[in-house]
Amino acid sequence: MKVVAENLSVVRGEDLIFSDLSFDVSKGKALIVRGPNGAGKSTLLRAIAGLLPIEGGQIKVEDAAPEFGDARLAELCHYLGPDNAMKSSMSVEENLQFWQEFAGQPHFDIDEALDMVGLGGLEAIPFGHLSTGQRRRISIARLLVSYRPIWLLDEPTSGLDTASEIQFAGLMQAHLDDEGIIIAATHIPLGLKGVTEFVFGESGSEHE
Amino acid sequence: MSIDTNTIVAPKGLTALANPTRFLALVKMLVPWLAVITVVLFGIGLWMGFSVADDYQQGRTVRIMFVHVPAVWLAMGAYMTMVSGALGVLVWRHPLADVAARAAAPLGAGFTFLGLVTGSIWGRPMWGTWWVWDARLTSFLVLLIIYLGLMALWNSIEEPAKSARMAAVVVLVGAINIPIIKFSVEWFTTLHQSASVTRLGAPTMSAEFLYPLLIMGLAFLFLFLTLHLMAMRNEILRRQIRSLQRRAAREVLK
Amino acid sequence: MIALLKRDIRLALRSGGGAATALLFYLAVVVAMPFAVGPNQELLSTIGGATLWIGALLAGLLGLERLFQADFDDGSLDQMMMSPVPLAGQVFVKCAAHWLVTGLPLTLVVPVFGIFLGMDSITIQAAMATLLVGTPAISFIGALGAAVTVSLPRGGLLLSVLVLPLCIPILIFGVGAIRAAVTEPDPFLPPFLLVSAISLFFAVLGPLAAAFALRQGMD
Repeated sequence: MKVVAENLSVVRGEDLIFSDLSFDVSKGKALIVRGPNGAGKSTLLRAIAGLLPIEGGQIKVEDAAPEFGDARLAELCHYLGPDNAMKSSMSVEENLQFWQEFAGQPHFDIDEALDMVGLGGLEAIPFGHLSTGQRRRISIARLLVSYRPIWLLDEPTSGLDTASEIQFAGLMQAHLDDEGIIIAATHIPLGLKGVTEFVFGESGSEHE
Repeated sequence: MSIDTNTIVAPKGLTALANPTRFLALVKMLVPWLAVITVVLFGIGLWMGFSVADDYQQGRTVRIMFVHVPAVWLAMGAYMTMVSGALGVLVWRHPLADVAARAAAPLGAGFTFLGLVTGSIWGRPMWGTWWVWDARLTSFLVLLIIYLGLMALWNSIEEPAKSARMAAVVVLVGAINIPIIKFSVEWFTTLHQSASVTRLGAPTMSAEFLYPLLIMGLAFLFLFLTLHLMAMRNEILRRQIRSLQRRAAREVLK
Repeated sequence: MIALLKRDIRLALRSGGGAATALLFYLAVVVAMPFAVGPNQELLSTIGGATLWIGALLAGLLGLERLFQADFDDGSLDQMMMSPVPLAGQVFVKCAAHWLVTGLPLTLVVPVFGIFLGMDSITIQAAMATLLVGTPAISFIGALGAAVTVSLPRGGLLLSVLVLPLCIPILIFGVGAIRAAVTEPDPFLPPFLLVSAISLFFAVLGPLAAAFALRQGMD
C-alpha cells in the first residue's frame, strides 16, 4: 500500500494554501510534515482525509491490500485532528465504544487500548472530567480500537507530557512495524525509524 | 514543492463575462442606457396609466394595479434570478453566479414589500380592510420572510465562496418549497380575485388596461435590470476591497 | 448507524442534552396561551390545536441548532464525513434521533396539554395523529437550517428565520386537519395525508440538502 500525492493544490476560502505538492509514502513509512504556523500542514492533512476539496492534482492510494476493496482514501484513514471528537457528558468507555462501532473494523479492545495509552481503569469516568493530556490520550486510544492502515495526525502530541510523548512514539512505531502508514504534522522529534521529513516553506527541501 | 501564500486565486474564467473586470466595463457601458430606457418606459407607462378611464367596478383605485402587478411579477422574477444564480454556483461554479443571486435578494425583497404595500392600499377600498389572510397576500408575506432570511444568511457567513454554496442550497430548497407553500395557503383560504392576465386563453382584461400594465411591467423589468447590474457591481467591488484588505493583513504578518 | 442513533439519543437524554428542555418549553408555551387569550374555555378549546402545533414547532426548532454544531465543535463531524456511510444517511439518522427525543415526546404529552386547553377527546386524538406524522418534517427541514448555520456563533436565530417559512405548509395542514376532524363537512383525511406527504418528501430532500451543505461548509 502506498499513498501518492501528485501536484496537489489546495485552496481554503480564497487563499491558495499550497500548490504542486507531490510526495508518496509506502507502507511501514512515516511522513512528518513540518513548517511554520499557517504554512498549510493542517490543510494538507485535512485534504488527504477528504475534508477539504482539492483544487488541482490528485491524491490516491495505490496497491491497497485486497481486503480494502476499492475504498476511498478517507475510509482507510484515521484522522486525529486538533479536536478530540469526544462527548464530555459520556464516559470514556461510551465514547470509545461509539467510535469503535461507528468506524467498524474493531482492532484492540477498549480496555487494552486504554492500557496502551496508560489510562487503564478510567473507563467509567466522564470524558469531561479528564485533564487536557488525558483527553488527548483517549483520543489516541480511538486510533487503536478500530483498524485503519493510514494514520493522519495533526499535532498528535499537543497537551502530552514527555512520558506520554515517548509512549505515543512507541504506538506509532508499532503501527509502522505493522505495515501501517503515518502522515503527521508535528514539531516534536518522534524518534521513529523509516521517516521522511517534509518541510513547508522551503522549496525543494525534502530530505531523508 | 513551492508555496506562495501571497497568491490570491483568480476565478477560473469560463466565458468572457466571468472576468470581473470585463463585467465591470460592460456594466459601466450598459447602466446609463438601461437607466434611460427605464425612465422613458416609466414615463409612458405612468402617463398611459393615469389617462385610462376609471374601471366600472373598481373606480380609480384600479390604477394601483399598474404598480402592484409588475411589482409582484418582479418579486417572483427576482427569485427566479436567485434560482439560476444558485444553479450557476452549484452546477457550473460560475464566479459571477453568486454575485448575481446575492444582488437579486434585496431587490426581490424590495419588490415583494412594494407588492404587499400596494396590495394592502388596493385592498383597503376593495375589501374594506388593509390586510386579509388571503392566499396570495399570505404567500407573498412568506416570500418576504424567505428573502430576508436568505439575506441574513448571506451576511452571516463572511467567506464569499462558502456563503455562496450555503445560500444556494437554501435558495433551491426554497424554490422547491414555494409551490407547496402556495398550494397550502390557497387551501388555507381563498378570497383574492383569480389571476386575470396569465389565465390560459385570451386575457380577460380589456386592452385599455392591459397595454399600460404591460408597459409598466417592462418599466419594472428594466428598473430591475439596472438596479441588479449596479448591485452586482457593488458586490464585486466589495469583494475586491475585501481581498485587498486580506492581502494587506498578510503583508503585515510577514 | 445504530451506534449513532443510540449515541444521539443518549446525549439528548443526559442532563443538558435538551430533550427535557424542549418539553418544558412546550409546557411553557401551552400554559402561556390562556394568559394571553383569557380563561374563556370555549375560545381556548377552539384554538387548542393551533396552540399545540405552534408550541411543537417552536419547541422542535429549539434543539435543532445543536444538531450538527456540537459535532462540528468537537471534531466528530470530521469523523462522520470520513465514514463510508453516506453523509445523508447519517443526517437522516441524526434527524430520527432528534425526532425520537423531541417530536415523539411532544406528541405523547398532547392528551395532558389538551386537557389544560379544554379540548375534547376527538380533537386530542386528531392533534396527536397530525403531530405524529407532522413533527418529523420539522426535524428534516430543520436539518438543512442546522447544516447551513453550523459554523455560525448564533446560528439558532438565523436557523429559525430560515426554517419557519418552510414549515408553514405543515402548520397549515396540521392545524387544518385538527379543525376538519371536529367541523362536520370537512374531511380529516386529505389535510392529514398532505402532512404525511410533506414529511415523507422532506425525509428525502432534507438530509440530502443538509449533507450537501455540511460538505460544502467544511474548511
